[in-house]
Amino acid sequence: MDIQEYFSLLFTDYTLRTITLGTALLGAVCGMLGSFAVLRKQSLLGDAISHAALPGIALAFIIMQTKNTSAFLLGALISGLAGTFWIRSIVKNTHLKSDTALGLILSLFFGFGMLLMTYIQKMPNANQAGLEKYLFGQAATLVESDIWLMFWVTLGALIILLLFWKEFKILLFDPEYTLTLGFNTRFIDVLMTSFMVLAIVLGLQTVGVVLMSAMLLAPAAAARQWTDKLWVMIVLAALFGAMSGIGGTAVSASYNNLSTGPVIVLVAAGFVGISFIFAPNRGLIAQRIRYVKNRNDLKLHKTLAFMYEIAKTHEDFQHPHAIKLFNNFQGYSRKSMKKLAEKNLITFDQKMWSLTKEGFEQAANLYNQNPQKP
Amino acid sequence: MKDKIAVQVDDLTVAYNYKPVLWDVDLKIPEGVLMAVVGPNGAGKSTLIKSVLGIVKPLAGSVKVFGKPYEKQRRHVAYVPQKGSVDWDFPTTALDVVTMGTYGRLGWMRRPGAKQKKEALEALEKVGMLPFKNRQISQLSGGQQQRIFLARALVQNASVYLMDEPFQGVDATTEKAIIRILKDLRRTGKTVIVVHHDLQTVPEYFDWVTFLNVKKIATGPVKEIFNDDHLTQTYGINYKVSIQP
Repeated sequence: MDIQEYFSLLFTDYTLRTITLGTALLGAVCGMLGSFAVLRKQSLLGDAISHAALPGIALAFIIMQTKNTSAFLLGALISGLAGTFWIRSIVKNTHLKSDTALGLILSLFFGFGMLLMTYIQKMPNANQAGLEKYLFGQAATLVESDIWLMFWVTLGALIILLLFWKEFKILLFDPEYTLTLGFNTRFIDVLMTSFMVLAIVLGLQTVGVVLMSAMLLAPAAAARQWTDKLWVMIVLAALFGAMSGIGGTAVSASYNNLSTGPVIVLVAAGFVGISFIFAPNRGLIAQRIRYVKNRNDLKLHKTLAFMYEIAKTHEDFQHPHAIKLFNNFQGYSRKSMKKLAEKNLITFDQKMWSLTKEGFEQAANLYNQNPQKP
Repeated sequence: MKDKIAVQVDDLTVAYNYKPVLWDVDLKIPEGVLMAVVGPNGAGKSTLIKSVLGIVKPLAGSVKVFGKPYEKQRRHVAYVPQKGSVDWDFPTTALDVVTMGTYGRLGWMRRPGAKQKKEALEALEKVGMLPFKNRQISQLSGGQQQRIFLARALVQNASVYLMDEPFQGVDATTEKAIIRILKDLRRTGKTVIVVHHDLQTVPEYFDWVTFLNVKKIATGPVKEIFNDDHLTQTYGINYKVSIQP
């Protein structure tokens, strides 16, 4: 099946449609909530949460003794939340910094989860558990009920986001100030974090524990490049996330045996790469162009400033001087002389140059950032 | 005018890591003063402000604003944090940050509307930042960012203003602009408390001063208590300032 075939089958094939919808919804909600994680500089929180969810899934199987996706989700949710709040209490009550706390809890929970997994493998009904898919994800196992669950969580997150938009924004920007305004910052924080945990837990089945954090961070990091408005960033992140989901599913369905989760993450990484290079203002190319332009401007300024220093010693500033006075150290070149002449700041011929009135005035104010009006 | 107490701090003790940062501090700040809090690094100046605002939880002590516990009086207290306390690369504009000053009065879930925008624009005008209202905040200079924070507090229209080093890293022009606004606030009967570092300017800018070095050394009118004795006690070295009459 090639990509064209995929898109034509998308509307008729039930399985394909389910998987595509699921990964798109997952990408959208992760992009949206991931923006918060990125802006709070808690990028690794997603990684910690997803790893912390693993023992919950394993314990759910041990208790239920059978494969039950809802029980797995519940287990993941509980242990994900437990890990998150444990991290927060470590940061609050000890001298450890948040990166240390994150790393500690992440590996502790993941280690415990792996231990339980090996234990489960020795159980007689181990082969029906299918727990390995939670490690790296398997989008093909998505069924309609999963999609509905994702839909409701996405809708819930959207409603909460719209209701508490102002509270979220101010908490992200300045939490201490938010507290002094009388807001219960812990409530806003718990609300935000809980939805993040929920989205991550939902994504485990599709993308897996190990790659889940990329689903949160990549769309948000890409979106930040294109805008300086918070709401645009969140909308873009959701869009990039959804497109990564669809693109990843399309590619993995088109080339047999390509695992969906990793492909989705790679597509999302592609968005990040493109955004980092091509975004206006913040992109690498835009930065380079600005740098070259600044350097050229600076060269002109230098020449102009040097001319001004010479010209101001004469009563008549338009008095012509020899071009020979210059060398490259003053930024002088034929080209910069021509550019200055184009801007009508100087006039020059083969041997002599002189400042124009505009040139003299502009040079006088060159380094004055806030020219005072008389 | 100076008989009403705006902020009263009783027995305030704060410790980080077992080491006391503030020790049994009592303060009575009269309404309508422009007060500097001075002291060496690590004297607990910022901590004093933060514990008055409930950001730092004290080991002991209480804070009253106009005779009632601070928690009940939040609407009357505005805060200007240190400029470095936030990430200025946050995707938002100057106007948006200043509008945040209205959020407290709006309360949960209500969005700022035309009225709040108007208030924010007026505050921007007051601090001379109106031409920059749509500027992304990372594109502002340090002094401009400080003025944005000041405008955000002005929008709160509070009775008491607590400011953590508003003059840090700003140029002379901005410093003059800020102090003019602070003096305007005092003129309208507001109480302004400022963590301040430049001892030379204390007599010129402020009419009330608190010397702090973990313990409170002295508090009162600048004219009466801003002298070498208190400075030496606070800074632990023989300090001489020239006070211009």
